[in-house]
Amino acid sequence: MGRWRSPFFADMIRSIRACKTAAEERAVVRKECAAIRAAINENDQDYRHRNLAKLMFIHMLGYPTHFGQMECLKSIASAGFPEKRIGYLGLMLLLDERQEVLMLVTNSLKQDLNHTNQYIVGLALCALGNICSAEMARDLAPEVERLLQFRDPNIRKKAALCSIRIIKKVPDLAENFINPAAALLKEKHHGVLITGIQLVTDICKVSTEALEFFRKPKCLDGLVKTLRDVVNSPYAPEYDIAGITDPFLHIRLLKLLHVLGQGDADASDCMNDILAQVATKTESNKNAGNAILYECVETIMSIEDNGGLRVLAINILGRFLSNRDNNIRYVALNMLMKAITVDAQAVQRHRATILECVKDLDASIRKRALELVYLLVNESNVKPLTKELIDYLEISDQEFKGDLTAKICSMVEKFSPDKIWYIDQMLKVLSEAGNFVKDEVWHALIVVISNASDLHGYTVRALYRAVQTSIEQESLVRVAIWCIGEYGDMLVNNVGVLNIEDPITVTESDAVDVVEIAIKHHSSDITTKAMAMVALLKLSSRFPSCSERIRDIIVQNKGSLVLELQQRSIEFNSIVEKHQNIRSTLVERMPVLDEATFSGRRAGSLPATVSTSSGTSLNLPNGVAKPAAAPLVDLLDLSSDDAPVPSSSGNDFLQDLLGVDVSPASVQPGTSQAPKAGTDVLLDLLSIGSPPVQNNSTPSDILSSSQDNKSSVAILDGLSPAPSGGAASMIDLLDGFVPNSPKPEDNGPAYPSIVAFESSSLILTFNFSKPPGNPQTTLIQATFTNLSPNVYTDFVFQAAVPKFLQLHLDPASGNTLPASGNGSITQTLRVTNSQHGKKPLVMRTRIAYKLNNRDVLEEGQINNFPRDL
Amino acid sequence: MGIRFILMVNKQGQTRLAQYYEWLTLEERRALEGEIVRKCLARTEQQCSFVEHRNYKIVYRRYASLFFLVGVDNDENELAILEFIHLLVETMDRHFGNVCELDIMFHLEKAHFMLEEMVMNGCIVETSKSNILSPIQLMEKMS
Repeated sequence: MGRWRSPFFADMIRSIRACKTAAEERAVVRKECAAIRAAINENDQDYRHRNLAKLMFIHMLGYPTHFGQMECLKSIASAGFPEKRIGYLGLMLLLDERQEVLMLVTNSLKQDLNHTNQYIVGLALCALGNICSAEMARDLAPEVERLLQFRDPNIRKKAALCSIRIIKKVPDLAENFINPAAALLKEKHHGVLITGIQLVTDICKVSTEALEFFRKPKCLDGLVKTLRDVVNSPYAPEYDIAGITDPFLHIRLLKLLHVLGQGDADASDCMNDILAQVATKTESNKNAGNAILYECVETIMSIEDNGGLRVLAINILGRFLSNRDNNIRYVALNMLMKAITVDAQAVQRHRATILECVKDLDASIRKRALELVYLLVNESNVKPLTKELIDYLEISDQEFKGDLTAKICSMVEKFSPDKIWYIDQMLKVLSEAGNFVKDEVWHALIVVISNASDLHGYTVRALYRAVQTSIEQESLVRVAIWCIGEYGDMLVNNVGVLNIEDPITVTESDAVDVVEIAIKHHSSDITTKAMAMVALLKLSSRFPSCSERIRDIIVQNKGSLVLELQQRSIEFNSIVEKHQNIRSTLVERMPVLDEATFSGRRAGSLPATVSTSSGTSLNLPNGVAKPAAAPLVDLLDLSSDDAPVPSSSGNDFLQDLLGVDVSPASVQPGTSQAPKAGTDVLLDLLSIGSPPVQNNSTPSDILSSSQDNKSSVAILDGLSPAPSGGAASMIDLLDGFVPNSPKPEDNGPAYPSIVAFESSSLILTFNFSKPPGNPQTTLIQATFTNLSPNVYTDFVFQAAVPKFLQLHLDPASGNTLPASGNGSITQTLRVTNSQHGKKPLVMRTRIAYKLNNRDVLEEGQINNFPRDL
Repeated sequence: MGIRFILMVNKQGQTRLAQYYEWLTLEERRALEGEIVRKCLARTEQQCSFVEHRNYKIVYRRYASLFFLVGVDNDENELAILEFIHLLVETMDRHFGNVCELDIMFHLEKAHFMLEEMVMNGCIVETSKSNILSPIQLMEKMS
């Protein structure tokens, strides 16, 4: 027992230990801190070390101890070794490199590094090695270099480790240390050797020229010889652990060989013999031996290919895998993941064992095994593997379910041989763990379902069955109500029954029941309820007999506090009640999204999708944070263009999707016309309005509330400058259903006026002019003339343009159009073409007016813009 | 690099020794210690000694009433760390003679000194018990 450590330290510990409650402990600590503070103020020399020790203990318990930092410095500066010792210890525990106080120590450190007493030098090196900052490193590097050649091996080893920190902090200094480090490799003293090797390893990581230097046969042979000596060395009691001499040295050497051999064939050749020797000779019945073997296998896997060695390594791994010790198995699984890249065949042989490990009791092993299984999946074994994993999903515990679900979904998507299997597996996963499934996954599922037209009936029936049992799985409910909404008629009329299905009769009201339950269920969130509303709208058209009931359900949300639901409820109610004539066209089948482009986009901009869905939900004007943007937004990822996180891949995707790109690949054949044009139309909808922030909110509003494009006044408010009469732009999605090729005609170089729109009762002419100095902008003077004998009142003109155009509508001259061409309304439009010269102007128009107090709507597309605008 | 921290925690979850090789604030430390201690204490004897936590691994072993936890980088050799823990325990045992939790508590600075001789900046420096203990024995002789 050192006399310099006073008994009072032990007292304090005893009293802290005796505390029964946290409050008591805090009181004791506070008292002690106060005493220490008083002692510091009095500049008490004698008990400084005791106080420091107490401070360290208190710090370890988690209380703030900044007031003690200066004490550390004073302690370090004092002459006695014990004080210095405890001062340095306090320094390392209580301070860190970010504190400015540390700079004050630099001088003390410098003096101590040059001290005659080698233990003090050792202390200083230790402290420096643990917490020096970049400036300190620069200052003191020369001293440390000198000390690398000190006579005492203890100092040398500490200097070596200190150097590691220095070159980490200041990589430029690495060159200075190459030669001294090379000298260290020839040492005999194990401590110096270990640290020297670590130094070399780190230098090689930092500087490539060092790597080259150490790869030279001169150095490498030296290393190999050292390893051979260690392996063959006789019993050395000092370093012996479990019969092996200094396994730590073994492992460090192997790690260095790993770094040197990686990517370099010659170096790898040098090492082959010794690696083979280590792999075969090392005993594996003790942990130390296994540790060495593990490192050896790791090295073999990383250096350049040598068939024999690799086989050896995989055999060792196979042995590990069947070991009863969990630690060994864990380590083996880890290694196998790396081995897969090298020799997948060999690893496949162990597939059954690995699958067993997925179900192991031990959480760490489960995790490793799952990742390994994921890497092993290919087309031939995906079905049995998935089956096993899904079976396990049912009994796995909660923390694991998330991982497992994600992996299963990913596997199924990548390797599914046919659609029906994919849909089956996904349904199973959704029923079991729908709440863990990420949004992209069920979005993708919907895309696949909509593409598999022959399976629509089967899918919707399967979903109906699934939802009866698993209503609390949110994603399942969402997919189900989407499908029921879309394909409700198939469900009820048993369309497209496959042989493998059990017969099931579902009446219209049963289908509506399901959706009603979804809306009313307490755990349904806003997205689900919103989707349910849309589904109800679709059903009201497909099942006219239930229309009244559906209307009742919709109306119940009229007063909802959530703006989204309220808005939908009112709009849909109005459609059901008043607009019977357009209802069926509104809710026709959704256009099918092309799978290839969808998955390509997902692969390219997956992070953007995730962030945009959170981005769009946060930007909703009414402050309601939607848990996930509506499916269609993510599906098309159109909002990614305006999202807070820009993603160029998202933009590229949109170009492809639009087919507006001039590249030959996107030549539009007739069949893909409809989907492309459909999404083209959607894009137009989104491109309305220049400020991106508004676009963020409006697209999700527009799309989520109008998957079938029912825009409403609320949307218009969010759009770009609205002239009188709310003439924000709006287009009808339905135009996209009709395959048309929006190819502008080639006009002459001059800007003649064009008749943009002509019907039996209305003519719209455009006159063009360009403002000087701005070739991209075009001013259009629009003139509306009424040819009919009736007066048009409340005349409103709206236009929409694709993404690369910006449109600005000035207020119209009036909104009453006299009859028979007796007058006209004029309106100025300003269009800016960001692709001026590359793409011509295109515009869709919508003209609304009242004729004898009856609403009339005329829509059209203007394709005949002059080319060079 | 290598080792990020070394903790000795008793079965009630109280930290008896904490040595960090990368800087964390006090709140972070307490949160971290709480989390991993809970994870390790909840595991049974049969389960393996490695726990994955965030972006590093915890290698732990229980000796009587004390848990030794070492947080390491993902690419570190776990079995070697297990050996290292054992070496640490043996070294302390040689010095204190049948070391127990109380020894560490009442001689905290000595335990730290020993640890410092063995590990510096997250790397293992010295593995020979006599080399590790010689400075400490020298210091005791002096005082």
